[in-house]
Amino acid sequence: MKTFYWLVKREFWENRGGFLWAPIVTGVVFLVLNVMAIIAAEVMGARHGGFEIGGNNLQELVAKASSGDLAKIGAALDMTMLSVMGLISIVLGIVVLFYCLGALYDDRRDRSILFWKSLPISNTSTVLSKVASAMVLAPVIAVVVGILVGLLQLLIFAIVLSLHGINVWQLLTLAHPFRAIGSLISAIPLYALWAAPSIGWLMFCSAWARAKPFLWAVAVPAVAGVMVSWFGIMGLFDLPTTWFWSHIVQRVLLSVFPGSSLVFNKHSLETASDMNGFHNPLDLLAPNYTYGLLTTPNLWIGVAAGAALIAAAIWFRRVRDDS
Amino acid sequence: MNAVVTANGLSKRYKNTLALDQVSFQIESGRIVGLIGPNGAGKTTALKAILGLTDFQGQLNVLGFDPRTQRDKLMEQVCFIADVAVLPRWIRVHEAVDFVANVHPRFNRAKCEAFLARTKLTANQRVKQMSKGMIVQLHLALVMAIDARLLILDEPTLGLDILYRKQFYQSLLEDYFDENKTIIVTTHQVEEIEHILTDLMFIRDGKIVLDADMDAVGERFAEVMVSGDKAETARQMKPLDERQVFGKSIFLFDGADRTTLEAMGEVRRPSVSDLFVATMKGTYA
Repeated sequence: MKTFYWLVKREFWENRGGFLWAPIVTGVVFLVLNVMAIIAAEVMGARHGGFEIGGNNLQELVAKASSGDLAKIGAALDMTMLSVMGLISIVLGIVVLFYCLGALYDDRRDRSILFWKSLPISNTSTVLSKVASAMVLAPVIAVVVGILVGLLQLLIFAIVLSLHGINVWQLLTLAHPFRAIGSLISAIPLYALWAAPSIGWLMFCSAWARAKPFLWAVAVPAVAGVMVSWFGIMGLFDLPTTWFWSHIVQRVLLSVFPGSSLVFNKHSLETASDMNGFHNPLDLLAPNYTYGLLTTPNLWIGVAAGAALIAAAIWFRRVRDDS
Repeated sequence: MNAVVTANGLSKRYKNTLALDQVSFQIESGRIVGLIGPNGAGKTTALKAILGLTDFQGQLNVLGFDPRTQRDKLMEQVCFIADVAVLPRWIRVHEAVDFVANVHPRFNRAKCEAFLARTKLTANQRVKQMSKGMIVQLHLALVMAIDARLLILDEPTLGLDILYRKQFYQSLLEDYFDENKTIIVTTHQVEEIEHILTDLMFIRDGKIVLDADMDAVGERFAEVMVSGDKAETARQMKPLDERQVFGKSIFLFDGADRTTLEAMGEVRRPSVSDLFVATMKGTYA
């Protein structure tokens, strides 16, 4: 257990840039852009004689709002908090994708594998520590950073609005920061399971390829997809060709992107198309809906495929002998 | 008999070359073995087999383990320095020490830090900022702090200047080696290690062509400096090698009678490099 902790720590040392600094930089850039937008709006507003919407003062607007309007304001505030997480999620997907591709390849290329293998650590622990870094460590850091930046963002908005005489606390009670935090944290285990086939496939390519793991990882599923489309192979199984692209190609390559599972979630599609109604963006992330995924074979077959690919990666880690 | 490594019929084939061809040997505890051969002779393959880094045919027992399946157990007792380029470039000195200290049960942190204190390395320095000599100092500090029974060195001083090379072997002998430890070393800089070796192994085209301890080498091989008039007699005794120095001929004999040789001229023990050159004649032809 102690060895495993240090192995994961080693992954963090090596990938501090991707795991820690990438989300932080994304968050900070996001905040800076927002602050600049607010300043621009203030300047514009000042030029046009006060910050007013539709001739009304904001404070009056809030005071006169109906309950439905208040819900919308709350939803807008939640959106403010979550939007940065959306951006960080994309960055996380890219980081995990390239981390997995390099994890079992880079040390073979620079021959430092000879050093790592001179230590009494089994190949299984080594590979599993890298899987854990991709499945758990990177998303946990991303979510923590996302939450902190989201809260900061909310705070900045609240402060700006309060300068316009709006009661901050009243506004903040309309938002649901705790629910948002809970939803984001609850998304981590689901992400780990959902990303398993992608992480497995990418790590397999990383352990197996003698050169250019990225090319193999992308080309194999893409070429397979094109062949399947050309020859209409899916017709044999009574399935449309798009099935192969969405259930195989996308699952082995793009499932490292958080939220890629939403596509497969009927509820989320309805919610998204219904956004103009009274729905709150948090409904998309509500665990009682997202965890509906646990009842689908899509998730569990993916987990099984991921486990098999990781087992293959461990085997290739032992026998690949090219350093 | 206290064998550290026992190989029996060890073979390894890469696509179209036979890197090891039915090799059998035994290495005992407390020895410093030089494994010497031309490029591509199979030295590194033999070391990799011992370390469990490659598959092979035949039997190989290292400290009672099968390196193919028990590498992680085996590496508690075995240390390995390949040439200087294998420490990961991103790692910092203190990270390397922390990591090894926490994953290696036989690592002595105080010892490692004492070695590092004698160098110019600083805790926050990254490997990529170090010269080759400094990298090998770091690697050596890590390895010497591990109480292992077998140390394997594969061209450990490649590309180092002479100060680092001397220091490397000196540290090994003074602060590391004792009768419970065994060292296997390959290098092309034979002159530098010949006085520290206890055993010599020549490997050529995947076969062991010489396997003897240094005393036996001294008894078996002899070099005689013969003046021109006796050269013909010497040639008839089938020397391994002949070369000319200052108008005299130097002959290298394998297993020739001492008294006959002494009658012809001055008899010396041949240097390992001369022996090597004579044994490997025609390798690249």
